[in-house]
Amino acid sequence: MALIYVDKKPYEVKPGKNLLETCLTLGFNLPYFCWHPAMGSVGACRQCAVKVFKDENDANGRLVMSCMEGIRDNMYVSVDDPVARDFRSQNVEWLMTNHPHDCAVCDEGGSCHLQDMTVMTGHAYRRFRFPKRTYRNQYLGPFINHEMNRCIQCYRCVRFYKDYAGGKDLDVFAAHDHVYFGREKDGILENEFSGNLAEICPTGVFTDKTLKEHYTRKWDMTMAPSICQHCSLGCNIIAGERYGELRQVTSRFNSEVNGYFICDRGRFGYEFVNDITRVRQPVIRGKIADTGDKENLFNILAAVLLGGKIIGIGSPRASLEANFALRQLVGKQHFYQGIPENEAHLTHTVLEVLNCGRVHTPSLKETEQADVVLILGEDPTNSAPRLALALRQAVRQKPLENAANINIPAWHDAALRELIQEEKGELFIAYPIETKLDEVASETFHVAPDDIARFGFAIADYLNNTAPVPNGMNNQTLEIAKHVADILEKAERPLIVSGTTLFNEDIVKAAYNIALALEMEHKKAGLCFVLPECNSAGLGMMQAPSLTRAMENEDADTAIILENDLYRRGAKADIDHFLSGFKNIIVLDHLHNETTGKATILIPAATFAEGEGTLVNNEGRAQRFFQVFMPKNQNIRESWRWLDEFRQFRNGIMPEDLHELDNLTEELIAVLPQFRGVETVAPPADFRINGQRIPREPHRFSGRTSMLANVAVSEPKPPEDTDSPFSFTMEGYRGMPPAPLIPFYWSPGWNSVQSINKYQIEVGGPLHGGDPGVRLFREGLVSKAGFQDNIPTAFKPHTGETVIISLPHIFGSDELSVYSPSVASRSARPYIMVGNVDAERLRVGEGDILHVQIGDQGYDLPVIRKEALPEGLAAMPYNLPSMLGTVWPAKGILTKTMS
Amino acid sequence: METPLTQHISFNRPPYNLRDYERAGGYQALRKALTTMGPADITKTVQDSDLKGRGGAGFNTGMKWSFVPMTGDHAVKYLICNADEMEPGTFKDRMLMEGNPHQLIEGMIISAYAIQASISYIFLRWAYKKAGRLLRHAMDEAYAAGYLGKNILGTGYSLEMYLHTGVGRYICGEETALLNALEGKRATPRTKPPFPQVSGLFGKPTIVNNVETFCNIPHIINNGPEWFKSLGGSDAGTKIYGVSGRVRKPGLWELPMGVTMRELIEVHAGGMANGYRFKGALPGGASTDFLVKEHLDVKLDFKSVAAAGSRLGTGTMIILDDHTCPVGFVHNLEHFFAQESCGWCTPCREGLPWTEKILLSIEKGEGRTEDLQLLDMHTRFLGPGNTFCALAPGAMEPLQSALKYFREDFETHISQKKCPWR
Amino acid sequence: MTILETLTTEEITEIDHEISLVPFRKAAAIEALKVVQQHRGWVSDESLRAIAGHLEISPEELESVATFYNLVFRRPVGRNVILLCDSISCYVMGYQKIYGYIRDRLHISFGETTPDGRFTLLPNACLGTCDHAPALMINNELFRDLTEDRLDEILDGYH
Ligand SMILES: Cc1cc2nc3c(=O)[nH]c(=O)nc-3n(C[C@H](O)[C@H](O)[C@H](O)COP(=O)(O)O)c2cc1C
Ligand code: SF4
Ligand code: FES
Repeated sequence: MALIYVDKKPYEVKPGKNLLETCLTLGFNLPYFCWHPAMGSVGACRQCAVKVFKDENDANGRLVMSCMEGIRDNMYVSVDDPVARDFRSQNVEWLMTNHPHDCAVCDEGGSCHLQDMTVMTGHAYRRFRFPKRTYRNQYLGPFINHEMNRCIQCYRCVRFYKDYAGGKDLDVFAAHDHVYFGREKDGILENEFSGNLAEICPTGVFTDKTLKEHYTRKWDMTMAPSICQHCSLGCNIIAGERYGELRQVTSRFNSEVNGYFICDRGRFGYEFVNDITRVRQPVIRGKIADTGDKENLFNILAAVLLGGKIIGIGSPRASLEANFALRQLVGKQHFYQGIPENEAHLTHTVLEVLNCGRVHTPSLKETEQADVVLILGEDPTNSAPRLALALRQAVRQKPLENAANINIPAWHDAALRELIQEEKGELFIAYPIETKLDEVASETFHVAPDDIARFGFAIADYLNNTAPVPNGMNNQTLEIAKHVADILEKAERPLIVSGTTLFNEDIVKAAYNIALALEMEHKKAGLCFVLPECNSAGLGMMQAPSLTRAMENEDADTAIILENDLYRRGAKADIDHFLSGFKNIIVLDHLHNETTGKATILIPAATFAEGEGTLVNNEGRAQRFFQVFMPKNQNIRESWRWLDEFRQFRNGIMPEDLHELDNLTEELIAVLPQFRGVETVAPPADFRINGQRIPREPHRFSGRTSMLANVAVSEPKPPEDTDSPFSFTMEGYRGMPPAPLIPFYWSPGWNSVQSINKYQIEVGGPLHGGDPGVRLFREGLVSKAGFQDNIPTAFKPHTGETVIISLPHIFGSDELSVYSPSVASRSARPYIMVGNVDAERLRVGEGDILHVQIGDQGYDLPVIRKEALPEGLAAMPYNLPSMLGTVWPAKGILTKTMS
Repeated sequence: METPLTQHISFNRPPYNLRDYERAGGYQALRKALTTMGPADITKTVQDSDLKGRGGAGFNTGMKWSFVPMTGDHAVKYLICNADEMEPGTFKDRMLMEGNPHQLIEGMIISAYAIQASISYIFLRWAYKKAGRLLRHAMDEAYAAGYLGKNILGTGYSLEMYLHTGVGRYICGEETALLNALEGKRATPRTKPPFPQVSGLFGKPTIVNNVETFCNIPHIINNGPEWFKSLGGSDAGTKIYGVSGRVRKPGLWELPMGVTMRELIEVHAGGMANGYRFKGALPGGASTDFLVKEHLDVKLDFKSVAAAGSRLGTGTMIILDDHTCPVGFVHNLEHFFAQESCGWCTPCREGLPWTEKILLSIEKGEGRTEDLQLLDMHTRFLGPGNTFCALAPGAMEPLQSALKYFREDFETHISQKKCPWR
Repeated sequence: MTILETLTTEEITEIDHEISLVPFRKAAAIEALKVVQQHRGWVSDESLRAIAGHLEISPEELESVATFYNLVFRRPVGRNVILLCDSISCYVMGYQKIYGYIRDRLHISFGETTPDGRFTLLPNACLGTCDHAPALMINNELFRDLTEDRLDEILDGYH
């Protein structure tokens, strides 16, 4: 620790930090613009000026930018010095010379860092009497709105987009007071993290365009902490509502998971909640049920629920509670994971590996610090986007090691980038085709999935010769494998990234062997697996049989299908056949799909925004999402609540004696002890601070008495929340809630997202009380430990049939996010990708139509030629809405269609 | 009076080619340095000579070199000659390059050897077409003669030299911005520390010195540090001084360090032109404070000029005469600085255009009394350390001193609502 | 349809030479812009994209560099570019008179090109010939100690 004096008071502080972050950690209100805790300092904006004195007798001191000043022991600092204060206020005046006076109509107003800093420094009256500079705005695509006149040139946008996220199509142009931030020409911002610009930009230049479509000020939103539903990483988000509509998703800080950032799918994929085709009322045999009378509904259900044999089909996109409630309703032996056998098996293998305790599962934050990375059969940019962003930081770790030798501190971003230039650490990628991360990779290896596995086994064998050896490998591949093994062996913090994207179990096993071999060489290797969906891990941990097993078991009368479109899980004919065997099909879901179309009883299920639940992410971290708002319609309820009621009804208890979330959780850990810990993910529903609930609404929330005046003049009673410590109003505890219960960031004088500083133990560090989420994987839970063998044989083209793998797309492959118009407009289009040899054989060129026959299902798809694809291997996009029903990997027959 | 830097320069003939230069003793210093001295000896000799950088900041050159790491694994180090000369009123480096390109090249090779650089650049201002031609030719000759390239003079030391021409931006002359420009990037400056000596061009140890600085090196090696110190008056060595504006004979002269302002103007520049009177002068380029009549006896060395409230800067003086409106004069300067701001830091990017606009409005007779306070405010807050680099503080020097010495002229503009010079 | 097609082989050879001198391709960005401007007089959007493609960087990244510098012309210029020094020594020595004369004679102000494409007139910071102010450059030629009566002759030398 270092001792520093700020305005004559002593403080013990952490060395190695800069003065700005230290002052912010100490609670001083020091303004800044260009510095960002995740992106470090560059000293451009000059806003964070303080005085530093030589010693305690120095009366004059020296004005310095606190973000560019390292902490020294016995440092004398003044934040309050009049010269420093004047300078800071002057600096804001400079920034405001060209800033429009449009706060009242600006999207950022009320959550604007520039606004906050202007008030903080005390600048109020305009002395600049000349015309303001004006700019043309650009069209930047469906996600981000551009309003360049508001720019204060802090350079954060380019630093994030280009330097941090690897974006290419945003930059700074021109010089002096004409600098401009944008694209070369109007057009869609391509980077998958563009949405973060809305939070990175301290004012209203880059804003959320989807929010603009149904604009609401931050202070007028009802908000709750939530978890992104669109991939297995479980990024933390804040979701906000007004007038019964979800209006915005922003990133919620979690130092172990997503840090400050989320991907564009997570940010803009929320609009499925507002979709007009939502299931809003129970539908019984094609008729909308009488919603007013719950008893009536249960009477109809009685016949179904009380008689006959019922099976339950769970879902990897439904919460732990919902899956568990279904399991309890139908009984353990009748509960199935709603995913095909190969996927269930794959997830099971991953979970076994992660639970065996021999290898370390890193958090996202840890992946960011890896010094050597091997990706085996994954395309994180599309399958787990936030992980790709983390890996882009990881490739800088190795070259940065030099920095310490010449005393460049870790926060000095500009100097670090100048020092390492284009230098990158080692990132190896084995994937059938090029991926976006290839541009930062040191070596890439494009082969068929089986050969990726073989390559992995070979690496493991080089690392430890007791690991099994693949035979018949060619020398060239062996050489690369040896090279990768050598580099991994020398690494301090090696990381293996793999996952389920290619649906190839051998790849998972090979990845495990490598990590295990490193572990046996006493390397702390990280092994990170990407899973298919937001609760794949949670569902897998329930250890239920797969959908395929359910389909073999044909003697049930009733199926209850939980938030799962089975037509995404198997061939249409098979699912049709399966469903036709039931007398009753009860489906609970948010949106209509082919499965809901088969429902004899369709029950509206709350989305993540309308209810509570827990998800387990790819590293086994259980995280709670909280209800944001009460749907206007009482029939939209969490699936777990419906199912729990069905169960009680079945057991002869009337639905009035409701279970609450906490009871269900209690039962969960009693029945399935592998979930121990879930009960501590968030404080229970009866948690109060000073007897108060935590308000979902900021204290400036407006219009409460009038917003529903067109419906009824008297203000309705706010809904009660029986499942969480939140209130649906602005009343309640005003202070800082515990970390899992932060509905929005706000602190006096800090209205923008930057107020997050106030919620962290130290700036950029964990939240007060520790980051939310509880890791459920436990060492030794499973005792499988040794090397995995069963090495596949090398990939060979099959005669007649082509092996077809699926490629995930950040926009398009995820079921719910494509309901957002913005995401849909960026969605991948159907294609069939073939290699050169096959294209020649089939005599097709780019864009020609190929007929793809997979079992009974046929598609006519335009061709993309991809040199990297080996002969006999083709690829299709994973589960685009228009091309569902394939179990991956598939075998198909490709024929050229005559036009 | 010895004039080592210009002794072989004459504009009545083309500059010396390699043979003539060698005949006049050229490349002897290089031979001496590479064959009889170690890198550390050279650095020490230069440090002892008290040669101060001639690019404007006046830092001890040998000391600067001594921060370059000489142990450890540094496969590549760079040496760069700052020949971007774009400071308004400055034109001395052009003369040295056009007059004797081999002298610069020899100086650079010795200096590169001292820090064990393997690659060197001359960062030449685009407008210096003739200098470019001559340098390129001289470099070719030096390569052919084995003074550049692999295994120089059989010593095992190798050095590549490239001529790089800029594409116009004053900020490129700032040594760290220059590095970015050489890397093919926007020429925004970098922070120090880390200094270029440890993390410079492409992140490698790098030395940047001015043309005139390098031209001194061969002479220091040939004649020793004591000789160099004895050349000057109140500071070591000679200096290329220049005068422009309404004097009889504008030009450049190599004189002992510390000549007085009066001698420079009255003797060397021939005094003020007919009908013009001296009102003030920027002693060393556009970014130095005005000196006025009372300073005519100030010695033009780093210390004395600083004591008088200005900077020696580049040593090229710009005269403000009594026919020229000081407000217009300063406006012209601030227009330049505002245009040449790189746009990186707030005070410079937003502050300089504001001062420029105020000055223009005062000059047009539209000034207001509070404008002077705003100008004062800018001179106070755009000081060293407050902005990212030295451009804006430099820009404030002529303004703050004009407000001090010619405040009345500003006030008359405002009270009379017109420029008295129009 | 590759964008490289718009660079001539000569340009590519010259750019490749510059690339060979630096540690990574994009470090030759400024040099590459200079090469193309040398050949074509200015850098059009198409040229910029072609250069960016050749350097394997995005048009944004190259545009960011190109627009920073004064002398990368991103709009067409006349056959002859007049760069008139407007900095301090030339100001003191009366560059405005020279400017006035050129403006009246060619009917163009700073930043403009004559309709016949013969001249573009640009202001320029100090040309480094302050002892011979006022001064201007036309293309690669420097003219010093200017007086209004010399201008006709100077301008007549350019077509
Ligand atoms: C805005 C600005 C412009 C500069 N321009 C030049 C220049 O054109 N030539 C030069 O030698 N130094 C210039 N300098 C000074 C350099 O930053 C650097 O100090 C110098 O090149 C070091 O060389 P020296 O130690 O030999 O003087 C400039 C500095 C600033 C702040
Ligand atoms: S990376 Fe995954 S969890 Fe994170 S925001 Fe994107 S889709 Fe959501
Ligand atoms: S935050 Fe320190 S200079 Fe911008």
